[in-house]
Order: sequence, then structure tokens, then C-alpha cells
Amino acid sequence: MSQTQTAATPDERVKTRSSFHQLLIRPELGGICGVIIVFAFFMLTAMDSGMFSLSGVMNWSVVSSQFIIIAVGACLLMIAGEFDLSVGSMIGFAGMSIALLSVTFGLPVWSAIILTFILCMLIGGLNGWLVIKTGLPSFIVTLALLFILRGLTIFGAITATNKTIVGGVRDVAQGDWLAPIFGGKVFTGAFQWMADQGWIDTFSRGVKKGQPIVEGIPMLMVWALGLVIFGHYLLTKTKFGNWIFAAGGDAQAARYVGVPVNRVKIAMFMFTAFCACVFATAQVMEFGSAGADRGVLKEFEAIISVVIGGALLTGGYGSVIGAALGAIIFGVVQQGLFFAGVESSLFRVFLGVILLLAVILNTYIRRKITGEK
Amino acid sequence: METPIIEMKNIQKHFGSVIALSGVSLSVYPGECHCLLGDNGAGKSTFIKTMSGVHQATSGEIFFEGKPMSFSRPREAITAGIATVYQDLAMIPLMSVTRNFFMGNEPTKKVAGISFFDHKKAADITMAEMKEMGINLRSPDQAVGTLSGGERQTVAIARAVHFGAKVLILDEPTSALGVRQTANVLATIEKVRKQGIGVVFITHNVNHAMVVGDRFTVLNRGKTLGTAKRGEIEADELQNLMAGGQELAKLEIR
Repeated sequence: MSQTQTAATPDERVKTRSSFHQLLIRPELGGICGVIIVFAFFMLTAMDSGMFSLSGVMNWSVVSSQFIIIAVGACLLMIAGEFDLSVGSMIGFAGMSIALLSVTFGLPVWSAIILTFILCMLIGGLNGWLVIKTGLPSFIVTLALLFILRGLTIFGAITATNKTIVGGVRDVAQGDWLAPIFGGKVFTGAFQWMADQGWIDTFSRGVKKGQPIVEGIPMLMVWALGLVIFGHYLLTKTKFGNWIFAAGGDAQAARYVGVPVNRVKIAMFMFTAFCACVFATAQVMEFGSAGADRGVLKEFEAIISVVIGGALLTGGYGSVIGAALGAIIFGVVQQGLFFAGVESSLFRVFLGVILLLAVILNTYIRRKITGEK
Repeated sequence: METPIIEMKNIQKHFGSVIALSGVSLSVYPGECHCLLGDNGAGKSTFIKTMSGVHQATSGEIFFEGKPMSFSRPREAITAGIATVYQDLAMIPLMSVTRNFFMGNEPTKKVAGISFFDHKKAADITMAEMKEMGINLRSPDQAVGTLSGGERQTVAIARAVHFGAKVLILDEPTSALGVRQTANVLATIEKVRKQGIGVVFITHNVNHAMVVGDRFTVLNRGKTLGTAKRGEIEADELQNLMAGGQELAKLEIR
């Protein structure tokens, strides 16, 4: 045993791998391919429909941004090894909370927003705490929260206002300092300038004559971009990101080397709630109202985006960029079918098919990475 | 005589009405490989978990570098320098070798006041440490899943050593491995021992123990059956002790 091999000679059994293979085992592969295919398809079928005019691009970009916002939260949580099925109900709950606090109870809009964020993140934390303390699968714990939150939202709306849709948020949000952070538009000056130069379409008659049809970049898109950058950096470039991978990869192994797994998981539940809350606030500010049935099925759409983006349902592997690409595919197809004049019910067929393909591809990629047979 | 790095005196551990350990003593000196042998259910796992802070002893004393010590959680034991490598929970297959190596101990650098995971430093250290242990990585981003069982154990051992382990507890590192891989892990143990680290090597394979062990302690039904030095005891004798004498005697009747 004394003659140990200190000199590292190249191992003849390790095959050198092509850079193509390196590319193949990136989690974003499915998302990149999907985006290319989807854009190619709609460029061929819906080029003349206005889908790729400025207002058309804005249309599907906004929808994609909505998906991205909830997908980033769901992605980090899934990599940390957990699910949150209460995202959709959380969106309804947060929106209703903002509308009731500001319109019905007369709080300033900024404080209604801040209180709602605190409340939602506490509920997110509760989700995490319950999952950790009970040791139950997050699937079941958050399924319970899905019903509890939805029920509370409807109950609250009915009790306080006798309605399930609470309007008038836009009026109370006039002049508020925080509301434009979620509902406003940026670069409006640049768009007006481009309109003045005749580069982009303007309204040709009516009170808005001369103003650009697309007034600016909605804050929703800024949030989406910001969350993707934040999520990507957090996951791949920080210490905490390594803990997220570790918590989802093997919680026990991570605990043995001192990773605070419980804290990581609870933080990710809270972050998911935060993302749901951003979505809800932007939606309420855009519509000027909150509905008790908002956000139905959003949790699944978020999870599907994440899976299309290459994350494994079992945790420990995935990418925020991939999830964002998945969300873009989602948004482009949903809106694109409308532009292409295709029956919109086919959207769900597409969804099911692409989900299935994504999961099969992901399983294959995982085998490649781990070298399983 | 130098002081042992860690000395466990008369450790008892009860789980409710079950007495898992009824007075086990063991000491580890720097640069020594102390083999802890015992059959399944002998209390090996309970004992090392007490040593590494996962369990707290019901009674008994623990001295770390001559000072009385009690660890209430694994993190405290790790900080003190007691590292444990568990057989199947050493590594996370989906993560890269580098990410695994620095899991829980990530090096950081500050950029504009924000602290980031220093990937370059981590990758360089990992490659160097792996080379030292005789493992050739394709790249520091290679997933641990592509490594063999023996290589995974080696990475885990290298990690523990790099982060300043004084005592390295190896929980059955060879029990699931083939002949060649076992030889590699035993070679790694030898390397670590030479660096002055005390190794506690848990196994129920007497042959593996005889290759690297300096002292041998046999556990049976929660009790120590004594500690023997290398050369004082034969493999057959250890095997008999592990099986508890009686059972083997019965077998011989046939």
C-alpha cells in the first residue's frame, strides 16, 4: 500500500468529450431548442399577422414576462427540492389583499402593497416551515394551502364588499409613489421620441393622436428581467446558490457538511411567494381591480415553464435562464396561436405535448450527466 | 506518550429502553489509523455518531486534545476538526466535483460589495487536491455522478482533509466497493494517516482493517471487547471476536 500513485497520468478510460457534448448537457438546451422552434414556426405561419410588429412583440413579451416572474421563484424552489402548488392562489390572495386594504379599508396604496408583501412572504415561510416540520412532501402541504388561500380570498372579498371583484384600485393609486414601480412604464420619453421620428407606429386619430401605440416598456418586463438576473446570479455565482443545489440534490448529505438546509428551503418558499406577489401587484395595477379567481392554474404554468427549462422535478438541477426560456416559449405560443388564427384550445394540447417532450429530454440529459445507464 | 486527539471514555447511549452502547472506550492518536470493527447492530454507527455530534452520549466522557468536550450538533464537531465521511451520503451526484468539494465551505470574493462564489479559486483548488489523490478530472465541472464509488469516497476524504480535519471518521468506506476501488480508498487512508491525521476506520471486513490499521477495537452488542495493537492479533482472532465467539463455535459443531 506504500507505493501510491501520486503522479496523475491521463486515464485511458476517460474519453475526451466534444464541446458539442458539453453543450448538450447544459440544462438550458431544451429551452434554447424550444425557443428556436417556436419562433421559426410563428415566423412562417404568422409573419403577416402583426405578431412581429412592435405592438405584437409587446403583446407576447408582456405575457411571457408574467410567466417568467412566477417561473423564477418556482425554479429556485424546485432546484432546492420542493414544490409550491399554492402560487396561483397566492396571486389571487395578494391581489385581493392589496385591493381590499387600499380601496375598501382606505390605506395608502404603498402601505397596502408593503403589507401584502409581508403577509404573503410570511405565508410562504409558513409553507416552508410546515414542510420542514412535518416532513411531508411539499406537494401535499402546498396543495392544502392552495385551497385555504383561495377560500380565504373569496371569503374576504365577499365579507368585506359582497363582490368577488374589487375595482377602483387605479383611482386610489393616482400619485402613489410605490404603485408605478409595479404598474408603470419606463422609457416613455424614448418611445415618444421614436414616434416623433416616425420609426414606430402612432395613433392616427382621437385624443392620443401623435402618441406612440406602444408608450414604453411596462415595469412588468423590468421586473421579469431583474428577477431572472437576480435568480441566475444567486444560483450560479453565490455561496447561497450552492446551498440551493445541495439542499435539493441530497438534503442529508448537505446537512452533514453543515449546509443550513431548512433555512435554505424556507427562504426559497418565501422567495416564491415574493414572486407571486410581484405578479399579483403588477396585475392589479394594470387592471385596476382584483378578482378572487385570479391566478388559477398559475402554479402549474410556472412548474411547466421550469421543467421545459431543464430543471429536474426531483430537485438539485436546473437553471433560471432555462426557466425563463420555458416561460418565453409558453407566452409566445399562447399569444402566437391567437395571431396565427389557430383555435386557442389547441394551446393546451401543445402544452401537454411539450411538457412530455421536455421531461423525456431532461431524463435523458440527467443520465448523461450522472453517467447512469 | 502524546495525548490522543480524541478520547472517548466509557460512553453509554440509551435510546428509550434500548441500550445501544454500554460503556465503550476508544482513543485516536495523530497519524494513527484506528479500526473499529463489529458486526451489524454492534453499535458502530451509534458510537461514531456520538463522536461526530449527531447523538449526545447518555453518560461517559469525551476528551478532545486533552480537554473535556461535548458536541451538541455536527457543526460543532466539524469546526473542532472531526470530519465524518458517510458511506452513501458523501457526495451529491448531480453537482460538479467543485461544488461538492466546497459544499458548506464556499470560498467567496467580493465584487462591488456583494459576495460571490469564487469559482476560479474553487476549481483550481479542487483540481490540485484531486490530482494529489490520484484522480484525473476531465474538468472541475464534471458531475460527481460520473465518478466511481471509490473516487467519490476519495473526493469526500480529500475534502475533509482540505478543510482541516484532525480526526477523520470513515463509515464503512469500502463495504460497497470492488477490489480495485477498495485498494484505492485504502491507499487514500494511508496517505491521510501520514499527514498526521487520526483516522477512525469503521468496517466489518477484517482483511481491509488489517491492511491499514494500527490498532483494532472490536464492538459487540454495545460493548468494547478490547483494543489490540497491530501485530498483537491475527485476522482470525478479530473475526472470532466480531462474531462474538459463541456463534462461530456453534457453526463449528457441524
